[in-house]
Amino acid sequence: MPEQLAFTIEVFLNGLMAGVLYALVALGFVLIYKASGIFNYAQGVMALFAAMTLVGIQNGQVPFSHLINAIFGTDVHSFGWSVHSGLAIVFTVFVMIALAWMVQKFVFRHLVGQEPIILFMATIGLAYFLEGVADLMWGSEIKSLNVCAAEGACLPQGINMWIDETTFTAFGYGFFIDNLDIVASIVAAILVIGLVAFAQYTKQGRAMRAVADDHQAALSVGVSLNFIWVLVWSLAGFVALVAGIMWGAKSGVQFSLSLIALKALPVLMLGGFTSIPGAIVGGLIIGVGEKLFEFLIGAPFLGGATENWFAYMLALLFLVFRPQGLFGEKIIERV
Amino acid sequence: MKDQADSYQTADGRTIGPVVMEMRNITLRFGGVEAIKDISFDIREGEIRAIIGPNGAGKSSMLNVISGFYVPQEGEVWYKGARRPPMKPFEVAEQGIARTFQNIALFEGMSVLDNVMTGRLTHMKTGLFSQSLWKGKAEREEVANREVAEKIIDFLEIQAIRKTPVARLPYGLKKRVELARALAAEPTILLLDEPMAGMNVEEKEDMSRFILDVNDEFGTTIALIEHDMGVVMDLSDRVVVMDYGRKIGDGTPQDVRNNQEVIDAYLGVAHD
Amino acid sequence: MFYREAGDFSTTYAEDQQTFPIKFDRYRYYVVLFIAIFVIPFIINDYWANSLLVPFLIYAIAAIGLNILVGYCGQVSLGTGGFMAVGAYSCYKFMTAFPDLSMFVSVLLAGVVTAAVGVLFGLPSLRIKGFYLAVATLAAQFFLVWLFNRVPWFYNYSASGQISAPERDTFGILITGPNTEAWATYLFCLIFTVGSALVARNLTRGSVGRKWMAIRDMDIAAEIIGVNPLRAKLTAFAVSSFFIGIAGALFFSIYLGAVEVGEVFGIQKSFLVLFMIIIGGLGSIFGSFAGAAFLVLLPVALKVVGVDWLGWPTDIVAHLQLVIVGGLIIIFLIAEPHGIAQLWRVAKEKLRLWPFPH
Repeated sequence: MPEQLAFTIEVFLNGLMAGVLYALVALGFVLIYKASGIFNYAQGVMALFAAMTLVGIQNGQVPFSHLINAIFGTDVHSFGWSVHSGLAIVFTVFVMIALAWMVQKFVFRHLVGQEPIILFMATIGLAYFLEGVADLMWGSEIKSLNVCAAEGACLPQGINMWIDETTFTAFGYGFFIDNLDIVASIVAAILVIGLVAFAQYTKQGRAMRAVADDHQAALSVGVSLNFIWVLVWSLAGFVALVAGIMWGAKSGVQFSLSLIALKALPVLMLGGFTSIPGAIVGGLIIGVGEKLFEFLIGAPFLGGATENWFAYMLALLFLVFRPQGLFGEKIIERV
Repeated sequence: MKDQADSYQTADGRTIGPVVMEMRNITLRFGGVEAIKDISFDIREGEIRAIIGPNGAGKSSMLNVISGFYVPQEGEVWYKGARRPPMKPFEVAEQGIARTFQNIALFEGMSVLDNVMTGRLTHMKTGLFSQSLWKGKAEREEVANREVAEKIIDFLEIQAIRKTPVARLPYGLKKRVELARALAAEPTILLLDEPMAGMNVEEKEDMSRFILDVNDEFGTTIALIEHDMGVVMDLSDRVVVMDYGRKIGDGTPQDVRNNQEVIDAYLGVAHD
Repeated sequence: MFYREAGDFSTTYAEDQQTFPIKFDRYRYYVVLFIAIFVIPFIINDYWANSLLVPFLIYAIAAIGLNILVGYCGQVSLGTGGFMAVGAYSCYKFMTAFPDLSMFVSVLLAGVVTAAVGVLFGLPSLRIKGFYLAVATLAAQFFLVWLFNRVPWFYNYSASGQISAPERDTFGILITGPNTEAWATYLFCLIFTVGSALVARNLTRGSVGRKWMAIRDMDIAAEIIGVNPLRAKLTAFAVSSFFIGIAGALFFSIYLGAVEVGEVFGIQKSFLVLFMIIIGGLGSIFGSFAGAAFLVLLPVALKVVGVDWLGWPTDIVAHLQLVIVGGLIIIFLIAEPHGIAQLWRVAKEKLRLWPFPH
């Protein structure tokens, strides 16, 4: 088997894994957009916020310690304990639910009925606000996140060795695929199945879909909009937490995490804003596409780092020819 | 039926000119649904032409075909003696066809005056460069067109709300501003999509008077859709009746009123 | 009392359509202009020029540009940083390729180049709307920054990958480089700012502006009354990018002197200018100035209060700034979507009637 092809396959597989993570972030966008028509730019920052909160709780950091020290001249940093990862995740989930409630109560309840673009700009404001709060709360230095502990149990470390060896015997070239990527794919798959099941088979899920379909009608049959919106923001917060754990374990918990999450935007443009399968397929296409493009064209001919823009350009070109995305419904204009 | 090129006098002394627009065998489909089935009719210069019919008869679709918003799958539109090629709505507007909308489509972020001035856009041709300098050509053009707009504003008696943001106006006034915007274009044909929907009797009378005055004063050809049969019968010279996308009647209000098929459609006879 | 329009009649349509129809406003505008031109240059020093006035003037141009696109034409763009980079790099290329060219011409040409690039990236706007378009403009942002980073021709193959402004003059007065005088750079920027504001005002009060606003308020209706949507949107992209390109050129050549594209013209810059027009007021020239002033002043004020007075570490103040800016954006969008400009209008309405409000 020619070397080049083996490389390409490896790049392809790695792209697939990255794509899973994009899809994971994109899922959060789809959830909120479907239920409330809000295009939540802050989703990436929510992932950052969740990951930072998780690390902070794990390490027993005192929230806002820098600010408190600056104001009162004290010198507090840590409670001096460390929390078990599983427990820390539970706490973080509660924090994200509280955040969802506050976002709904203080921001979007006052913006009901506004144009989508105003809502979108409000979420950009929210992103800035959250980023500032996260930094004030936990400090802005890069933190490492121990995913093994966070997962509760590690996958056997040998799995990538195993892939390496098997592919070596099969192709005469060993593939390298990160453990973490495999875990992420499995988690993402579980999450998607869980969310779809939730939306299809539970009472709240039905109410959520009703709201997505028509706010007014849902309201008139007794669905509490407020509750549903808090619910979807909480779910989105939970998805953000999962995405934050994955990305954070991969490249450390830092600001760039929220920028990587921006990649979810072209994913959505490709997949259509309202489609969960679209988010997944779009994520995979973008993940594979940008890795392959960089490997085959970007690095050899264009000076590299094309991953910065490939996803956006692809989405842009795609949209010009199919404005509703891969799975979105055709838009019929009326007067 | 009179010949297409002929003019004739109405009972109240207005002159109705030759045919200015003609729809020939128009068929419009949305997916598998036929909204308009093989309809032909004409509009004469200076007349008030009504299109009536029950809900879902395809009246609004017909108006959208005339204003270029929908392109019919079959059939031809003839305008001023020539076949109109498929064109974009803004090109249709430049040919002198203006319209109002069933659900008011004013520019909510602008004042009444600015809205009426947008009706003049097809007449304003100065380029970007002279506009950015303002003094000279752009200002002269602005003032000249403002005079036309002000004439319309006077005519429709909305002087007092000239500088009011449109979003603050009540429904009836918005309808009037929309009419003003369409009139400001000094159109050859004016299309009115349910100009009296949602109005009370008094407002309807006002609007009817304006429509008649417009036709009388400016000689504008008017094609309108209306639900209120009484209003239609009083206003229009000729009526097209549509039902389920077909044309079931065409003629003077008197003819139409006595047409058995029209009566059935309105009173509801089972379709087979 | 102080602010009145009684007895102030317009007798012609031309008079009614001037920029400041009320006499009081007109005089105040002349006074501000007089101070800006004839007083400030004599009292300005390097600190005031570099930390407040010059960035304010430059950001005001960028904000006017973005406001034309977002506030008047309703097309949200997140590519401002990228377009400013186009202005900066094309200005740099003109400055180095034609050393004898007046700075005026270089900056204007940079604007023209940026306008062309803006039109290119504006083409999809016919088919893509709303936040789809906003995300699509991110493509411009990331692609342009990458381009200037990776293609050595743009930075004249310099080892550092940076561009730095050589010494250039206009009418014999040094405008760029390390040896400039505060008053010269200030006045140079002021000319562009005032010019941009006047052109923007002229365009937005006439038929072009009405086309833009019609597209913004209801694009389908606009098309049916005779607005060519593609042409209207593309002129908005062109004019907007022209101003943003000028701002980028000035930002690089006058304000910073040397630029590394990813740092200076990254996505944060796009958001900063967007925030200026949200806080200042969408669809308002005055709002563009107000927003630019506010967001140029805020970090300086926070630094003075937080770091100099209270002695807090700088990173905490920086984080606090994020919280404040983000919070303000949300508050303005909820309470006053038309920003400071609307607050100002309301205040004037009240003043007009004061002291007898009934």
